Amino acid sequence: MQVQLSHPARTVEVKGPKKVKDLLRELNLVVEAHLVIKGDDLVTEDEMLYDGDQIEIRPVISGG
Amino acid sequence: MNCTKCKTKAVIGLPRHNAAFCKTCFNGFVHDQVARAIKSEKMFGKDDRILVAVSGGKDSLALWDILLKLGYKADALYVNLGIGTYSEQSHAKVTKFAEAAAASHGAVLHLHTVEEEAGAGIKELAQLIHRPTCSTCGTIKRYQFNRVAIEQHYDVMATGHNLDDEAARLLGNVLRWQEEYLDKQSPSLPASVEGFAKKVKPLYRLSERELAAYAVLNQIDYIVEECPMAKGARTLLYKEVLNRLETESPGTKQAFYCGFLDKQRKPEAAPTTMTEKDQAVLHPCSACGQPTTAEVCSYCKMMARAKTVAPH
Repeated sequence: MQVQLSHPARTVEVKGPKKVKDLLRELNLVVEAHLVIKGDDLVTEDEMLYDGDQIEIRPVISGG
Repeated sequence: MNCTKCKTKAVIGLPRHNAAFCKTCFNGFVHDQVARAIKSEKMFGKDDRILVAVSGGKDSLALWDILLKLGYKADALYVNLGIGTYSEQSHAKVTKFAEAAAASHGAVLHLHTVEEEAGAGIKELAQLIHRPTCSTCGTIKRYQFNRVAIEQHYDVMATGHNLDDEAARLLGNVLRWQEEYLDKQSPSLPASVEGFAKKVKPLYRLSERELAAYAVLNQIDYIVEECPMAKGARTLLYKEVLNRLETESPGTKQAFYCGFLDKQRKPEAAPTTMTEKDQAVLHPCSACGQPTTAEVCSYCKMMARAKTVAPH
C-alpha cells in the first residue's frame, strides 16, 4: 500500500495486509499524535489495510 | 471497532474516554465537550458577540465551526504574519472557510496584515529587534486580537487552544516552577482592567487529535503544514512527551491539566507541616505498634492473610 506521510512530505510503500496500529508501530509513530485516513475515510486502529489502499498518516501536533 | 453509542462502525477510538464513535456521535461528543466548557467556565452566552482568533489551522477553524453550529454569534479575526507561502496558504484556508461555511451564519471575517502596518513580516521584525520569532509573533497576535475585540465592541475573545496546548504549557511552567504564569492558565480570563477583552479557550477539554479528526470528518480544509518558524520549539517537545505518556496511560493529559484547574478552584487551605498532618491521621497499629491510619497496619494485615492461606 502507498502511505503518504508529512513533516517532511513523502510517500512510502508498505506491504499489507496490516492493521492500522501495526502500521503506526512499524513506522515508529505514536497513535495519539496521528490520524490515519484510508482514501477519504478516517479509520480506527483495528482497521485492516490491504495492498492497493491509499493511506495518509496525518500528524495532528501544531504550535510553537 | 463499533460506536459506543449507536453500535455502527466507528471512525475514531478515544482511549481516554474508553469509547469509540461514528461520525455523527463523534460530532455530538465534540459539541457536548465545548458546550460543557462554555457553561462550566461561564465563558459567554447566546447574546454575546464573540471574536474568534483564526489562523487557518485545525483548532481555530474547528472552534469557529463549532460555535456557529451551536448557535453563537461568532465573527473571526485573521492576522497575516507575512511568513511567505505559509501565510499565503493559511490566509487562503481562512478565506475559503469564511466564504463557504461562516458567511451562511452571517459571520464576518476581520483581517489584519502585519506587513501593511509594520512594513515587514514577522521574521524580519524579530531579526530587527533581536527577539525570537515565536515570541514576537505571540506579542503581535495578542495585541491585535485584543485591539480588534475592544475597538469592535466584542464581549469576548475566543482562541483555539486545546487540551494538548494547555497541558504542554503547564508542563513547561511546572518544569521551571514559573508559578507567576500559572494563574494565566485558566480557560477563562476576565477583562481584569479597562482595555483588556475577556479571553476564553472553549476547546480546552478536547485533544489535538480529536480536533484534527473533527476537521477531517467535517471537511474543514485547514493548513496541515507546521509553521516553519515553530521548528524545534520546546512546546512541540513537551507535546511529544505527553503524547507518549498518553499512549501508555490514556487520560494522562486530561488528569494533568484538569487536575491543575480543580486545585486552582479550591480555596487555599492554611499551610500545615508534614508533622502536623501525620499527627492528625496516624496512630499505633493495634498489632505491632508502628504508625498507621487504620486499626491494623497494612503489613500486619498482609502477614495475617498470608498465614491463613499458607499451605500447612
